[in-house]
Amino acid sequence: MRGDFPIFSRTFGDRPLIYLDSAASSQKPAVVIDAQAEHLRTHNANVHRGVYALAQEADAAYDGARARVAAFVSAEHDTTIFTKNATEAINLVAYAWGRANVGAGDAVLITQMEHHANIVPWQVLCGERGAELRYLEVDEHGELSLEQLDVELARGDVRLLAFAHVSNVLGTINPVAGMTARARAAGAVTLVDGAQAVPQMPVDVAALGADFYAWTGHKALGPTGIGVLHGRRAILEEMQPFLTGGDMISSVDFQSATWNELPYKFEAGTPPIAEAVGLGAAVEYLEGLGMERVRAHEQALTAYLLERLATVPGLRVVGPPTAERRGGLASFTLEGIHPHDVAELVDRGGVCIRAGHHCAQPLMRCLGVSATARASVGVYNDASDVDALIDALLAGREVFGL
Amino acid sequence: MDDLYRDYILDHYKQPRNFGELEPHDLEALEHNPLCGDALGVHIRVVDDRIEDIRFHGHGCAISQASASIASEELKGMTLEEIGKLDADWMIDLLGIPVSATRRKCALLNLKVVRGAVTGDNAWPA
Repeated sequence: MRGDFPIFSRTFGDRPLIYLDSAASSQKPAVVIDAQAEHLRTHNANVHRGVYALAQEADAAYDGARARVAAFVSAEHDTTIFTKNATEAINLVAYAWGRANVGAGDAVLITQMEHHANIVPWQVLCGERGAELRYLEVDEHGELSLEQLDVELARGDVRLLAFAHVSNVLGTINPVAGMTARARAAGAVTLVDGAQAVPQMPVDVAALGADFYAWTGHKALGPTGIGVLHGRRAILEEMQPFLTGGDMISSVDFQSATWNELPYKFEAGTPPIAEAVGLGAAVEYLEGLGMERVRAHEQALTAYLLERLATVPGLRVVGPPTAERRGGLASFTLEGIHPHDVAELVDRGGVCIRAGHHCAQPLMRCLGVSATARASVGVYNDASDVDALIDALLAGREVFGL
Repeated sequence: MDDLYRDYILDHYKQPRNFGELEPHDLEALEHNPLCGDALGVHIRVVDDRIEDIRFHGHGCAISQASASIASEELKGMTLEEIGKLDADWMIDLLGIPVSATRRKCALLNLKVVRGAVTGDNAWPA
């Protein structure tokens, strides 16, 4: 399968590319790269305006991609909105829904394991509206407590519950359906950040029961510059637009305008057309692999990763202890070597891993560290990549005289 | 021998000079490295417009800790005016290792903190 991804044919010096940073961004199969290029070469025109044949081809390509993307996660075409990335999808909700529905005396409930993309929009919203931002705690196994969720919801002031499907630092897979059901029973709207989940496991947006579900293309074998927001139809219809301008209107008078139907109401300006086509090809490729198989592969590889990391002296993994409870990543610290030095040292063995706060500084504080190193796997990784990482870690310890 | 993690770099990392708190002190500052979130602070005692003593505190990578440690030995005795004129090249030359673009801020964090404490200008050294 690695042969489907052109980037793995390149080398660094005499070393192959060993890419263990898919949680930051995935590599792209040739079918995605080719689909984008093919679109630009043969079908390129703006969408939703032209009457000529070429423009109709562009329309068909763009909305065809939307249909494929929606079907991939069991969502509806009309409630599947293309954005720039997951961050913009969350901001869309924070601005277009949050400003109209969260006020003084209300609370927004998030968790300590959120990415900054699912923290800062709510900080700004709560600051503006005089609402309270509260956090569900992460326990020593990197998990949330449903009991604490019940206690928070029972306070009766939670307007929105927002949380990650899969943590980008801990790897924790949260019990989404149970959490959204509790929130709905308490009258709270839910937003799930699925950026880490969609690329590596079957996701059924309808079954998960979230009012909003956000994810991004570039972590799911697709291009950068395109994200996705799925929303509950009744809520989207009530909402005012986020960005305004071309394409999102039904009609414009000198002083006022009326809004286009879903999903176009939330897609102002020329959208990322070639990127949508690329994302459509990416989800088609993933469907071809089968998401059950993708999950099984990543779980098995993560189990092996955890097993091998445990053999490195001074290494401590954060998050759930077993691969069953986590997505395809492991964040860790190595005694005596700062995470940035760890990443620099393993790069000498051609191994790409991430180091830093992973855009989750509040969580780092909870873990009592300023940074971690993180290895994450994708569909193209195998046990040899994990072995290369372990060898590079052991070599790095020697450089540091450990 | 590793190009970056040379013996003297690792020596300064493992046994940083002039680290800890300095009480009383006349000047202080604290800065974060945006790359990793690590914080580095400094306490400076001034006598006759010269740095009489200096202590860094905080944790960081080998590059940032060794840079602060190596710089501390040079900074001691400098006049405040001289501190204001120190630039990025001074620090990189002093460090004596090839620092990649992504690790440059690790190497320059200590100078940013010191210049912030002395001159109030907390821009990244150019």
